[in-house]
Amino acid sequence: MAEYVIEMLHITKEFPGIRANDDITLQLKKGEIHALLGENGAGKSTLMSVLFGLYQPEHGTILKNGQPVTIRDPNDANALHIGMVHQHFKLVECYTVLDNIILGVEPTRFGFLQKQQAREKVQSLSERYGLKVDLDAKVEDITVGMQQRTEILKMLYRDNEILIFDEPTAVLTPQEIEELMAVMKNLAAEGKSILFISHKLSEIMAVADRCTVLRKGKCIGTVNTADTTPEALSAMMVGRQVELTIDKAPAKPGEVVLEVSHLTVPSKVHKGNAVKDVSFTVRRGEILCLAGIEGNGQTQLVHALTGLSRVGGGSVKLLGQDITHATVRRRSRAGMSHIPEDRHKHGLVLDYTLEENMVLQRYWQPEFQKAGFLNFPAMRAYSDRLIEQYDVRSGQGSLTPARAMSGGNQQKAIVAREIDKDPELLVAVQPTRGLDVGAIEYIHHQILAVRDAGKAVLLVSLELDEVMNLSDRILVMYEGELVGQFDPKTVTVEELGLYMAGAKRMEL
Amino acid sequence: MTLLIKYTLIYGIVLMLVALGGCFSEHSGIINIALEGIMVIGGVMGLLVLVNLPPEISAFAKVFLCMAVAGLSGLAYSALLAFASINLKADQTIGGTALNLLATAVALVLVKRYNTTTQSPKLTFVNADFLFNIGPITVNWFLVVGVVLLIVSMVVLYKTRFGMRLMACGEHPQAADSVGINVYRMRWAGVLISGFLGGLGGLAYIVPAVQIWNFEGGVTGMGFLALAVMIFGQWKPGRIFLAAMFFAVFKALANIYDSTFLSALNMTKEVYNMMPFLASMVILAFTSKNSRAPKAEGIPYDKGQR
Amino acid sequence: MDKKPTSTLLDRSLGGLSSVAAALIAIVIGLALGLVVLLALDAQHAWKDGFVPILQAGFRNATNESLAKVGMHLSTLGQEIVEAAPLILCGLSVAFAFKTGLFNIGAAGQYTVGAFGGLYAALVLHLPWWLCLLFATVFGAVWGAIPGLFKAYLNINEVITSIMFNWVGLYAVNTITYGRGYGIMYNAAQAKTYAIKEVSPQSLIPSKLFGWDLYETFKYGSISIAIFLAVLVAVVVLIVLKRTTFGYELKACGHNPHAAKYAGINEKRSIILAMVIAGALAGFGAGLYYLAGGAQWNPQDSTTLPSMGFDGISVALLASLHPVGCIFSGLFISHLSTGGAQMTQLYFPGEIADVVSGIIIYLCAFSSLFRGWVRRGLIRLFAGKGRKEAKGNDTAD
Repeated sequence: MAEYVIEMLHITKEFPGIRANDDITLQLKKGEIHALLGENGAGKSTLMSVLFGLYQPEHGTILKNGQPVTIRDPNDANALHIGMVHQHFKLVECYTVLDNIILGVEPTRFGFLQKQQAREKVQSLSERYGLKVDLDAKVEDITVGMQQRTEILKMLYRDNEILIFDEPTAVLTPQEIEELMAVMKNLAAEGKSILFISHKLSEIMAVADRCTVLRKGKCIGTVNTADTTPEALSAMMVGRQVELTIDKAPAKPGEVVLEVSHLTVPSKVHKGNAVKDVSFTVRRGEILCLAGIEGNGQTQLVHALTGLSRVGGGSVKLLGQDITHATVRRRSRAGMSHIPEDRHKHGLVLDYTLEENMVLQRYWQPEFQKAGFLNFPAMRAYSDRLIEQYDVRSGQGSLTPARAMSGGNQQKAIVAREIDKDPELLVAVQPTRGLDVGAIEYIHHQILAVRDAGKAVLLVSLELDEVMNLSDRILVMYEGELVGQFDPKTVTVEELGLYMAGAKRMEL
Repeated sequence: MTLLIKYTLIYGIVLMLVALGGCFSEHSGIINIALEGIMVIGGVMGLLVLVNLPPEISAFAKVFLCMAVAGLSGLAYSALLAFASINLKADQTIGGTALNLLATAVALVLVKRYNTTTQSPKLTFVNADFLFNIGPITVNWFLVVGVVLLIVSMVVLYKTRFGMRLMACGEHPQAADSVGINVYRMRWAGVLISGFLGGLGGLAYIVPAVQIWNFEGGVTGMGFLALAVMIFGQWKPGRIFLAAMFFAVFKALANIYDSTFLSALNMTKEVYNMMPFLASMVILAFTSKNSRAPKAEGIPYDKGQR
Repeated sequence: MDKKPTSTLLDRSLGGLSSVAAALIAIVIGLALGLVVLLALDAQHAWKDGFVPILQAGFRNATNESLAKVGMHLSTLGQEIVEAAPLILCGLSVAFAFKTGLFNIGAAGQYTVGAFGGLYAALVLHLPWWLCLLFATVFGAVWGAIPGLFKAYLNINEVITSIMFNWVGLYAVNTITYGRGYGIMYNAAQAKTYAIKEVSPQSLIPSKLFGWDLYETFKYGSISIAIFLAVLVAVVVLIVLKRTTFGYELKACGHNPHAAKYAGINEKRSIILAMVIAGALAGFGAGLYYLAGGAQWNPQDSTTLPSMGFDGISVALLASLHPVGCIFSGLFISHLSTGGAQMTQLYFPGEIADVVSGIIIYLCAFSSLFRGWVRRGLIRLFAGKGRKEAKGNDTAD
């Protein structure tokens, strides 16, 4: 019997213009938890997609128990007992948990579904591994944690031996993460081999036996976690020692810019409110950060503040002016800028050129139009200046279609556009999501510069590192309510986690 | 009253068959706006078989052959939509619209070719073999076939592996793909089934009610009404049946208004013809807020993009 | 980052070229399949009595000497031009809505209602021709507004609404026009609406432009300056889409409604306005046809929607939604249907032309595929020197 259950040898996978995996070798032992560490875009997901049969590599071989195998599609992977929990769950929302688990391997008689025997098998698996789920609930009605357990049961139901977890902790609370870690250790103890993709060092140190580090599509090395430190892993990941904290001057909060009182926002998915009776203020010269797990009402709050959705009750004032029911355009004129959460959905018109996108919030101003006719030379000059000033890189300058730009440069363009409006209030929602370290640093400095220029900043972030580094004041949001207010200098991440998970709350 | 029931049953079954077709297609993820054209093709092919069959053939064989040809020609025609929208990832609405236009033109060429001497766009036929009486009400074989197909559709969608996989492709094709379901193949199946039901529905619309049909008007918007029925029926076979019967009452009124008390209202035929379309808009206006269409419908599935 | 700014010009011209090439590919395949149909129907006559007349269409009699003697040799060409004008407008209607992300399958209904408006202004109110045109435009705009309102306020897909209101419009126009045989516009003797020429000559669109009488050239009854108006409108549409803030807003809504909302663009207003304008264009097209005396409405026979509206979809798609492209594709589709009528009807029904245009739209549905082919081919052709020159010119980075 070979030492390794899975060996991926010298894997190379290219996409047009980019080599996502370059001669990567990864060896997985039976019964171990093997972490795959790397930044966004390092090639982790590509490598796992190759193993799962979603992509075919240009070069390299895959061995299962020492025997070469070809994996052309997920069916092949399944036949080799390889299973995967994708970062974005692959669950049919209007199906029950049980239906989702058996989908694709349904037990049938003459083509008719036989769900009873499947139900028994799933129940015994769920008890054995401590994976509590409600088999008859619809996926759209259950928590993210239970959805993840459903995904794990999907793999176990198929008798998978090699389990891939693609960034499984991104959407979980600290407490749910701990539960997941326990489940993973339990699975490994029962002889399953686990590949665990993450860019969070603490989790890797806590749960993994070994760790392979990728950087820019290349394999940097494999280490035993027992023999290394988080700092060393971090250096391997980014290729240099990174300063995890930013130098910044203490905040000098001034007059109130944004005043939110008793704001409620109705939910679009259920009958209740997504934001419940929220009150807070943001002052000049401070960065107020709204922390919380995804889906606790932050998005709805921001949409209400920026005019993208309607307010249920309460009021919003910008510099004393009531803007509770104002249009997006009026808020923009009143001095609000908004770096949206989803740059592709809201931030850019991908089929427009960069210059057309640069004036997205200002095309109607006299500078850029006359009697309804666009002033193209002015647009070009403005766009060229922003590109220069904010170091936005693109293939064809102002004429590049936004679609053809890299994610980091798209985000830089949005940041440039919103900051250059010289706003009184900057609302920045996950401004660094999915970007590499260099771009993150750059954007952090830009946001700090806005603060230091005496403007107010409302930052919404899911990344605790970002929250701790950038903010002057932290508000925690849980299930649509504000449950805690903190000074980043005195609070610990663990303490924040308890509030974010709803385990603790304070009266505000 | 018996007339009203007669026509309601005729049109109800047509709308139900075609809406069921739409239901299969949309559950697989493909918007089938070509149902109107598929009906025309099914209708014209079925009729051409009917008028060409030797008279000595038994009634059963005649009915069976016409239905089979109508369904299969609809199925074949829908393959054009499947190919464009699944394999070539074309815009489903444009592809469907093209097929609607093409269908009327093809039908006219075929019919005029059949009426070589007159170049007439009309086909004259005898529909007696399709009809039988239950008490005072004349019904047709499509009613029987339709009820059977309704039950079969319910079982297939909710009780079989095929149905479970089909609907998964319309809701979340990436999820279906990740558990090894061939999304392209399931979508092809969904569209082809809708083609069969649409083709059959086309014949069911033309044959039982009249003995002469002018193909210049195609099937006068029945395919589009069936789409409204499908939406109103929330993509569920049972509800589609009820919705179809409801719309059919309006449609039937246009045929019989002058022989009932409605003639006293002194409205023209066009007003009654307009009714089902207006009714469908009113109902859509009220139901659209909580309609639950298959999530991934209308979006071409691309294996490479995840 | 090895693409340089100077290559943009090349990219843009490639985009235009490949759109034209894709349209040509669709046309060629469509015609080839049409020929196959002709061969299947009657191989013996397929070429001389079928395919050649389709291709010649309006030019079929242009070299006919005996007709030339009486000046009638261009009259079929005149007919082709007359029918092109409404086609171009319907194409513009579909293309304009498409730019805003809306599929205006309702051009047929807007066209019908627009025709009614124009005819009413002419036959009942006896207004001058330009006011009649305005009536047609406004009526079409109102009918276009309906799906826009349904989409904006109830979020009902414009395709469904348009289709339903196509039929509603048709039945409404017919019942009012016919009026049980006593409709004020209905001439029972002809079973059609009255001819404008006889009832209200001032309502006819003139055929003279700067002293040139088109009728003298073409000797076709309903030839008028309509075609020039169509070209003018196409240019205006182009300017609105490309040069104005209004066009910028509409296109933003079409490409990405979420981003448009984020940019403070009133999405509902844009949707409604886009549909109103689309409807107005279709209505204007109906005016250009009926007010030139192109046809008289027959409310009893018209149980089918006018094909102009649907052919507008072909026109728009064939033009890759480019307003000026619509002029050419409109002329082409008109050429095709005129050609259908030129076939010897004994062997071939004229609807074969509709089969060909149906096939062409079907092919247009995946024209992006053709565009991709052509684009790659062209890049390979030019890449050698074009890209290198572009690189050499650049000093900016």
